[in-house]
Amino acid sequence: MSAATSVRAEASASTTATTTPVGRITALARAELTLLGRSKATLFAALFVPLVMPVSLRSAVDEMDLKGTGLSVGSVLLPSAIGFSLLFAVYSSLVSVYAARREELVLKRLRTGELRDVEILAGAALPSVVIGLVQCVLLAVACTALLDVGAPQAPHLALLGMVLGLVMWPALAAVVSSFSRSVEGAQVAAMPLLLISMLGSGTIVPLEVMPNRLASLCELLPLTPVVTLLRGGWTGELSAYDTLGAIATALAWTVVAVFAVRRWFRWEPRR
Amino acid sequence: MKTNGHEDVIEVTDLRRVYGGGFEAVRGITFSVGRGELFALLGTNGAGKTSTVELLEGLAPPSAGRVRVLGHDPYEERPAVRPRIGVMLQEGGFPSELTVAETVRMWAGCTSGARSTEEALEMVGLARRAGVRVKQLSGGEKRRLDLALALLGRPEVLFLDEPTTGLDAEGRRATWELVRELRDGGTTVLLTTHYLEEAEGLAERLAILHEGRIAATGTPAEVTASQPSRIAFDLPDGYFLGDLPPLAELGVTDHETAGRTVRLRTNELQRTATRLLLWAERARVELGGLDIRSASLEEAFLQIAREASGRSDASESAGSAGTVETTARTRKGAAV
Repeated sequence: MSAATSVRAEASASTTATTTPVGRITALARAELTLLGRSKATLFAALFVPLVMPVSLRSAVDEMDLKGTGLSVGSVLLPSAIGFSLLFAVYSSLVSVYAARREELVLKRLRTGELRDVEILAGAALPSVVIGLVQCVLLAVACTALLDVGAPQAPHLALLGMVLGLVMWPALAAVVSSFSRSVEGAQVAAMPLLLISMLGSGTIVPLEVMPNRLASLCELLPLTPVVTLLRGGWTGELSAYDTLGAIATALAWTVVAVFAVRRWFRWEPRR
Repeated sequence: MKTNGHEDVIEVTDLRRVYGGGFEAVRGITFSVGRGELFALLGTNGAGKTSTVELLEGLAPPSAGRVRVLGHDPYEERPAVRPRIGVMLQEGGFPSELTVAETVRMWAGCTSGARSTEEALEMVGLARRAGVRVKQLSGGEKRRLDLALALLGRPEVLFLDEPTTGLDAEGRRATWELVRELRDGGTTVLLTTHYLEEAEGLAERLAILHEGRIAATGTPAEVTASQPSRIAFDLPDGYFLGDLPPLAELGVTDHETAGRTVRLRTNELQRTATRLLLWAERARVELGGLDIRSASLEEAFLQIAREASGRSDASESAGSAGTVETTARTRKGAAV
């Protein structure tokens, strides 16, 4: 009995430094950031694409007929740029990250420790989410300075759009990564949602210049409400009805994505 | 027996695990491990060792039956159990682009009461490799890194799934030494292995798993003693099995012939061998290829595997599955 007691005494003496969720997520995120820094291809796609896309879109937007839509070149480009940031810096790179950690059995190993499932997913996502957030801020500042967008008229809508986007897209990345068996496969699996979002969510072509029926279909896509809220945040011209619609759509996608992760996320490779 | 008077740290009752495709990997096993005890699950590949250990580690819920680790359900009550256990999976999962030290640092940030990185790496002899990327480690070094992480939080209970697979002889010995030290320090250890010498040398008690069931359990000596010894020889020309003294009189429990070779099994090796050799001397015959050997854990293991697969080939009889276990239990007194 004395042996058992002394073991327990030793154990309790050494567990003075009990881990906290924040501490655990930080430790994991720090390692992920190191890994991101060593993965040149992912880093390039995450940092470069969202910052270059708006520049290359500029001439196309200049030629659009924006009369009667209440939009300016700036208020078209800025939400698009933030959308690209969510798609490339957050979604696309996280699909690869989750797939890579699963294939290397890192997720399984982490699940044997004190981390809760949601902490593992959050820790892995944190560096990408922070990069996405920094890009959004940089883009907003740059567009304000260079394209005379002006200050956002309804900043709460822009903020809401950004927050919902930063929860929804990591969750969608986790779901999509579950449908692939390798990192390369994950990149392919990420493509459909990436392309549909680029074409249909108002990042390249604003919904306002689309035919009505197509536009109302595109409003249901997951990136659309984010772009709509961001754009509305800057123009301040989003009607209450459209605002509620966008929030409802964004919330619905977020809930569906979170549910899908809980239900279908794969922690181990298929064997 | 160290277990006497101590609480059971691991309790497994009628545990079952059925995979999605309907494959039943664990088919109703029961055992317990006392505090400070070193218990080995021994079995061939596919016997159900890892499937069992994963349930104990709380990686998946059991399909049926009950698991308790330190009094808690390891799957439902993860937060209560995890800070007190250490786990080494059969295949460690570490990001290949992190260095050894970065990997330990990350894990330490997720482990209550973690040792320092230097101490953890020193324990497993990886201190000099701290700055090396994981992808550049040898298989054995990866296993030792995995062990360092399992030991990081000074666990009360340690789960080691084939800890020495892929290690060279020296690394294996060093790991055994470390595991013995931990056990002597009061850590409860459950390890799986397919190396018989590992189970024989380390474990105070063991269970042999075969096709998802416990085929035998007890101390290494008990399990060995439950198996008959063997005598094999070639019959001289002109002699037949019937020319031997009645086999029952020799103490033979079982026999088989292949060509001229006779194989006898006995639980009383000295009596059987003496009478057989006396007969040979009297008959003035030479027993060619004479081979007399007492049971070893290896013999026991192979025999149990053979019996068990023979059984499942013939018929799925639940009754005979218990026979080996019963034999082990009834012979306990005689063995110790």
